Amino acid sequence: MFAYDLVVVGGGPAGMAAALKAKEEGVEKIVILERAETLGGILEQCIHTGFGLHYFGEELSGPEYAGRFIEQVEKTDIDVYTDTMVLNISEDNVVTAVNNNEGLMQFKAIAVVLAMGCRERPRGALSIAGSRPAGIMTAGTAQKNVNIDGYMPGKKVVILGSGDIGLIMARRMTLEGAEVKVVCELMSYSGGLQRNIVQCLDDFGIPLRLSCTVIKTHGKDRLEGVTIANVDEKLQPIPGTEEYIECDTLLLSVGLIPENELSKDVGVELDRVTNGPVVDEYRETLQPGIFACGNVLQVHDLVDYVTEESQIAGKGAADYIFGKKKGGTYINTKGINGVRYIVPQRVNIEGEESLKLYFRVGQVYKGAKVVVECDGNILSSKKKIKLAPGEMENVTITPEMLKNMNKDSEIVVRVEE
Amino acid sequence: MKFDIAVIGAGVVGSLITRELSKYNLKIALLERHNDCAMGATKANSAIVHAGFDAKPGSLKAKLNVRGVELMKKFCEELNVPLKNNGALVVAFSEEEMPHLNELLERGVANGVPELRVVGREELVQLEPNIGDSAVGALVAPTSSIVCPYELTIAGVENAVTNGAEFIRNCEVQYIEYKNGEFVLKTTQGEITAKYVINAAGVHSGKIASLIGDDSIEIVVRHGDYYLLDKSQGNLVSRTIFQCPTKMGKGVLVSPTVDGNLIVGPSAEDIDNGDDVATTNVGLDKIYVNAIKSVPAVSLRNAITSFSGNRAHPTSDDFIIGSSAVNKNFINAAGIESPGLSSAPAIAEMVEGIVLKLAGGLEKKADYNPIRPEPVRFRHMSTEERAKLIEKNKAYGRIVCRCETITEGEILDAIHAPAGARDVDGVKRRTRAGMGRCQGGFCGSKVVEILARELGVEMNEITKFGGESKIMYHKTK
Amino acid sequence: MKKGLICVSCPLGCPIEVEIENGEVVSVTGNTCKRGDAYARTEITNPMRSLTTSVKVNGGVHPVVPVKSSGPIPKDKMFDCMKVINEATINAPVKIGDVVIENILGLDVDIVATNCDCGK
Repeated sequence: MFAYDLVVVGGGPAGMAAALKAKEEGVEKIVILERAETLGGILEQCIHTGFGLHYFGEELSGPEYAGRFIEQVEKTDIDVYTDTMVLNISEDNVVTAVNNNEGLMQFKAIAVVLAMGCRERPRGALSIAGSRPAGIMTAGTAQKNVNIDGYMPGKKVVILGSGDIGLIMARRMTLEGAEVKVVCELMSYSGGLQRNIVQCLDDFGIPLRLSCTVIKTHGKDRLEGVTIANVDEKLQPIPGTEEYIECDTLLLSVGLIPENELSKDVGVELDRVTNGPVVDEYRETLQPGIFACGNVLQVHDLVDYVTEESQIAGKGAADYIFGKKKGGTYINTKGINGVRYIVPQRVNIEGEESLKLYFRVGQVYKGAKVVVECDGNILSSKKKIKLAPGEMENVTITPEMLKNMNKDSEIVVRVEE
Repeated sequence: MKFDIAVIGAGVVGSLITRELSKYNLKIALLERHNDCAMGATKANSAIVHAGFDAKPGSLKAKLNVRGVELMKKFCEELNVPLKNNGALVVAFSEEEMPHLNELLERGVANGVPELRVVGREELVQLEPNIGDSAVGALVAPTSSIVCPYELTIAGVENAVTNGAEFIRNCEVQYIEYKNGEFVLKTTQGEITAKYVINAAGVHSGKIASLIGDDSIEIVVRHGDYYLLDKSQGNLVSRTIFQCPTKMGKGVLVSPTVDGNLIVGPSAEDIDNGDDVATTNVGLDKIYVNAIKSVPAVSLRNAITSFSGNRAHPTSDDFIIGSSAVNKNFINAAGIESPGLSSAPAIAEMVEGIVLKLAGGLEKKADYNPIRPEPVRFRHMSTEERAKLIEKNKAYGRIVCRCETITEGEILDAIHAPAGARDVDGVKRRTRAGMGRCQGGFCGSKVVEILARELGVEMNEITKFGGESKIMYHKTK
Repeated sequence: MKKGLICVSCPLGCPIEVEIENGEVVSVTGNTCKRGDAYARTEITNPMRSLTTSVKVNGGVHPVVPVKSSGPIPKDKMFDCMKVINEATINAPVKIGDVVIENILGLDVDIVATNCDCGK
C-alpha cells in the first residue's frame, strides 16, 4: 500500500488543477490516477479552439489548454499513473487502482479529489424506435474517431441535439468532407453556445431545426436513414410532420451525465439535479476528506470554470490535510423559480471570503433579473440580457451578506421576470 | 465440405444440439448465416428459465419445459454459465383474476412443476415490497430461474467446437438437394454435404424445411420490444414478476437479469419480416404502461437500452421436433418460441435421441470433454484474485470498459476462444464490454482497435455485427 | 442598413448590431469588449475564422495530430486550406507549436501543431 496525502482520481483539467493547487499550498505527497494513456482528459480530443480565454486570456485548443497544465504537473513531484483505472475507494480512503504495468495498487490517502468527468447520454436512454444498425453513436465517440483515431465514422450525417459537442462535430465532419444534413434539437432553444451555432452551423449552411427530434432509425446493417418530426410543447412528436432523411450516421449530443459510480460506492451523497455530489464551498462532499470538482460535480460549458472550481477543491483538500479546514455553521442553498440547481449546495456562514454560487436556469429568459435572498431579505439583484440553460451563471456571496445569517437560514436564488 | 450432420442455425437450440451431438464420433457442421452465434431470438428474449406451469398439459412444450429445467442446471454447470434460481410470481391485479392463478397452479401440477402455491396480497408484499398497489395475490413458482441466453449459446458452441464440431459463419443455406443418400446444401460458403440435417433456423425454420419440399411448418413472426434498465434498478424485485394473462394479452414481465440489470417487456406484435428487429414506439410505450402496474418504481430514466426480438410462433401452437415427413434424415427443431430457452437442453436431448435412433447407435468420442472452462470475470474477483491474475498476465490489468470493469485480457480471451468474437457485438456479448451505462461510448473504439490488431485487419474493416455493419469509413488523412 | 450579428470572438456570444451605410460600417453596438467591435467590422467586410483540423503524422503514437491556423483566415478559404493540410504530413516527434505548413496559400498564416506526439 502506498501512502499519500492526496489522491486525485482523474487527470483531466479538473484533476490537474486540483493537484497543482494542492501542491502550491504545500501538500507533499500527491498522486494523480488517470484512466487514459495520457493526462488531459476529454480535452485531448477537443481540437477546436475556444478554451482559455478567461484563464489564460488567449484562445487555445483543448490539447493546448491541457498541455499547459501537463507541463506544470511535469515540473512538480506530483506522481502520475496513466492507463490506470480506479476500481474503488474504501470508506477509510484507500483507493484501489489497476494498470497493466504495476498491476493492482492501493493508495492510502488523507484526502481524495474526485475528478472523473462525465459521460455522454447514449441512445438507449432516449428510446428512439427503429433498428439498431451500425452508424449511431454519440458525438464524443465520433470526435475521438476523427480527431484521435483518424477515421471518418460516416459520410452523410444527422445530428440529434444541439449541445456544443454536437455543433462542434457538425463543423468537424463538414471540414473532413462529410455532408451534415441537419441538426435537430428537441427543445425550442439550442443547448449550445451562440457562437458555435454561428461558426459551426451558419458558416456551412447546416440547418438547425428546433423543436424537432429523431423518432425512428432505419437500416439493417448500417444506418440508412432517420425519420424526424416536429414536437409540440409537451415535446411529443406531431403527427403529419414526419420527414425521412437519408443518412449513414446519427450523432447524438443529448446530454452529459457526471460519472459518479465511484462516488456512490464510497457513499457520497449526490444532488438529484446535477447528478454530482453535494458539496460545500470548499467542494468537499458530505464524506469528510472527499472533494469533487469539474464535470463530475456539475457539467460545465467552459473549461476555464472547471479550472477555477478545481483550484477551490485543491485548496480545500490542502486545508483538510493540514487540519486547517474551518469548522463553522453550514446552511443550504436553494434554486427556485427557474433556477434548477446551485453548486455549492452548502455554505459556511462563518466563512471569511467571498464565494460564488454557480447555477443553471431551466429555460431561456430575456431581460430577467437574478435575485439572491435570505430569510426574506434581498441580498442582490442583477438584470441579465439573457439567461439560457446552456450557459452556466453565477452570483457572488460576500462575507457581509453571511454575517446576518444563522443556522436555520437558507440562501435562495431565483429568476424574476 | 463433407459432414455427417449439418445443424442449421446457431441459436440456443442449434448450439445445444450441436454440443450434445459432438460427444459422438461424427463430423458436425453448425451453419450460421450471421457473423456470430446467438443472433436471432436468442439474443433478444426475456432470459427466463420458466418453471413450466404455462404450457398445456400433454404438449411437447410442457414436457420439454419441465425436463429442460431439470437439465438446465447440469448444462450450466458443465458450461460454466451463471444460472440464478430467483423464483417467479404471476401477479393478479383484481379478485376476478385470482381464479386464473389457480388454473395455472393446476396446470403446473399436471405438468409436474414442484412447489407451486398461491399467496394473498399480504405475503406477496413481504416477498416483493415494491409490488404495485393494485396487486391482490400471486402464484409463486420457486423453481423459475434466470440465465443469460446468449452466454449459454456461446458456451455451447465453444464447447461443441472444442469437441470437434465446425462452426461456419456467414453461411446462409440457399438450396438443399437430396441425392445418393446425402443432403447437398448450397450455401453462401459453398457446397456442404451431410447425411443428416437438423433445422434449427428459428423464425426461418419454415423456409428451410420448404427447401426439401416440407411445407408443413408455418411460422408467424411475433415481435417483442424490451427495455433494459441500469444496474441501480436491478434490485427493485428479486423474482421474475409476470402478470396474470387476461383477454387483453399476456402482460409484460419485470425481472432482474443474471448480470444485475432489470429487464422489462416484451410487447407482442405479429409481423411479416423475420429480420425486422426495429423497436416500435407503440411497443415501447405499451411495455412501460404495463410494467408500472407490476412495479411502479420502474423508471425509464434508468433505461440504458431498448431492443427487440422476433419469436418464431408456430401456427400449430406447439414445438415441432422430429423427422420431416418428406425425409426422415431431415430433423426439424422448429417453432421454438417461449418456453424455448427453458426447453433448449431438453430439445437437444430429444434430437440427440432421434439421431441415435436413425443412425442405429453411435460411437462416443473417447476424449469428449463436456466442460467449457470458466472465462475470466475480472469484475467478480476479489482484490487478491485480481492481483494474482494480473501477475500472471498483464493484459488483465488494463480496463477497457469502465462501466462494466472489463479488461483487455478478457477481450483477448473472447477473440481467441473457440468460435471466438469477430465483431464488436460479439465481444460485447462474450465479455459485457460496451453493455453498461455508456453503451460503448468510451470503449467502443478501443474494442475496434483490439479486434483489428488481433485479427490483423484495418480498423475500418471491423463491423458491429458482420455484414455491412461497418463502424468506420475511410481514414481522414 | 442595420445588421445583427453574434460575436464569435469568445464564448460569451454577444449579440451585436452593426449599422452599415454604402458598404461602410458606421457604428457597432451591443459588443461588450473591443474584440467584439473588431469582429463586427471584419465580419461585414471580410469574414475571418480560425481553422482547426488534424494532419497525418508519420511514426506517431496516433495516426493524426491536431493543428490550427496561427491566426484567422478568410472564411471562404477554409476548404482550400483543408485541401493543402490533407496532403501534408509531419514526422514524429511533434511538439505543440511545431509549424506544419508555413504561410499556407500565401495567407500569412502558419498551420501549427496543437498537441505533441512523441512517436512510437
